[in-house]
Amino acid sequence: MAGKNEYTPMPSRLQDIIKQAENEWTFRFTYVGPVKPGQFFQVSIPKVGEAPISVSGIGEDFVDLTIRKVGKVTDYLFENFQAGDSLFIRGPYGNGFDVEEYAKGEMIIVAGGTAVSPIRGVVQYLCKTDHPQDTHLIAGFKNPDEIMFKPDFEEWKDLIDLTVTVDGAPEGYEGNVGLVTQYIPDIPIRDIESCKAIVVGPPPMIKFSIIELVKRGFNEEHIWISDSRKMSCGIGKCGHCRVNSKYICIDGPVFKYTEHRALVD
Amino acid sequence: MGYVLSNEGINKAFEALRKEYRIFAPVLKVGEGRFKDTDVIRYDFVDSYDEVEMDKRSDFSYKDIVTPLSESMFFFTEDQIREANFDASPVIVLMRACDINAVERLDQIFLANGEHNDYYYERRREVIKFALIGCGKTCEDGFCVDMGSNKAEDYVFSLDPKDGKVYVNVKEDDLDAAFADNSESSADVVPQFVTENEVHVERPEEVPLTLFKDEMWDEYSKRCINCGRCNFVCPTCSCFTIQDLFFTDNGKVGERRRVNASCMVDGYTDVAGGLVQRRSNGERMRFKVLHKVYDFRKIFGYDMCVGCGRCDTVCPEYISFSNCINKLNARVKELEG
Repeated sequence: MAGKNEYTPMPSRLQDIIKQAENEWTFRFTYVGPVKPGQFFQVSIPKVGEAPISVSGIGEDFVDLTIRKVGKVTDYLFENFQAGDSLFIRGPYGNGFDVEEYAKGEMIIVAGGTAVSPIRGVVQYLCKTDHPQDTHLIAGFKNPDEIMFKPDFEEWKDLIDLTVTVDGAPEGYEGNVGLVTQYIPDIPIRDIESCKAIVVGPPPMIKFSIIELVKRGFNEEHIWISDSRKMSCGIGKCGHCRVNSKYICIDGPVFKYTEHRALVD
Repeated sequence: MGYVLSNEGINKAFEALRKEYRIFAPVLKVGEGRFKDTDVIRYDFVDSYDEVEMDKRSDFSYKDIVTPLSESMFFFTEDQIREANFDASPVIVLMRACDINAVERLDQIFLANGEHNDYYYERRREVIKFALIGCGKTCEDGFCVDMGSNKAEDYVFSLDPKDGKVYVNVKEDDLDAAFADNSESSADVVPQFVTENEVHVERPEEVPLTLFKDEMWDEYSKRCINCGRCNFVCPTCSCFTIQDLFFTDNGKVGERRRVNASCMVDGYTDVAGGLVQRRSNGERMRFKVLHKVYDFRKIFGYDMCVGCGRCDTVCPEYISFSNCINKLNARVKELEG
């Protein structure tokens, strides 16, 4: 007999909806089970469709999925659901970040916009180690209105080395203004050889951030990125997310930079 | 066991098999071809041996029986989700060696890529048995010999028509009686396999990254019209898209289905927000060709393409897949200097 039907969506109650920015909200889905930062779930709305969303937070009986209102499924989700409602998810899928590896020494994380979601769990983990000050996070957003995860930044700012920056801001804005890349040269690192990095965000941001890291003498083998593509199944069957010999859904979405740069769409 | 059956005998054997099995086989559909007054060979359910097209390769593959063009996954009613049923009665599929080898490729994707099995494929696969149609001669455009998929051993029985008789080699004991009871005589039967094609291909061992963006693909941007026929006739193409819909009467009832997808057709990579990969048809051709003769091998150790040649035959722009493999090989050699 055929085994489990992995396509069957699981009912999940929405515990809370946290508005991060106008079109970026965190949906807290009831979920109990194994899950890692960097993995993703398929949010499944019967009669509408499914959308792969990365995990932005992990709790005892929930996962947070921070979602941008940008398409058919996410539009429907934003317009039709409130806290307390029940809908469907399936997952988690993908490899996720190996947080224990990052906790061994100094760590740089560069994240742009919504891409703070997949690394939020990594930072939360690193905050709980006995050397959180070795974590250097640069989080970039387009403008002050789009800054997400503000309560997290408040919590992290005294624990880790945190830089929140915006690409542009109206006059009188008191925070950092400038691209994430301009902060990379000044991150205080004791041992650049053993330091590790995660770079997540729009492709140009990833490209230029890595250039800056390498300029500092970073070992390319110590850089990880997270990628995304169109997906239907999430389990290595439908083919949409394949790039060369890698399936983003099962071989990723987290890749070593040296492995990922050999992929051509 | 091997048997020799008359035409009457083989039809009786089919009658006996039909008591337990549905038989899915290539059938000549007169007048149903792409152009006026042309025929097409497609798979369909048959009751007798006489209905089966034994001479020529089918234009479309057996694939519909394992990955239907459109398949319901779930039905939704108000707050209920019900898994879609399927016809679980056993099937025997008559196919040539190339296609039996193609099933191995589909199994690889659906049952051995990643930790989860594909439930919908698996439940269909479990009720299917494969029978071999021997190939006495090469088909048009086929290059199975060079792809190493001209032979197959994984079948329940084989059928080889010759001089008005049908030679059968039965491998599965449960099916033996159907043939033994209707045979003229026993014999040592070895199914025929093609040993020489007119078309030959040479594949590169390694493909350098520079070739992914090489100008050799520009030709296909000019010629290909991204109709996707090559994907839909391919016995190894396995991509699908999941689609939801609701029935418009009241919007409360709907279904989730999966439909065959084509990496040549617009929309294959489109994500919410507008990002698209591979806009040109040349890039799509490169994506497809390298998957069939390189990328799949990098993961699983053998090539995906079985050399059936159907994509060459079906292409409305006369693009030859085998020719493209040879061009790829020549270009790789050129780049290696």
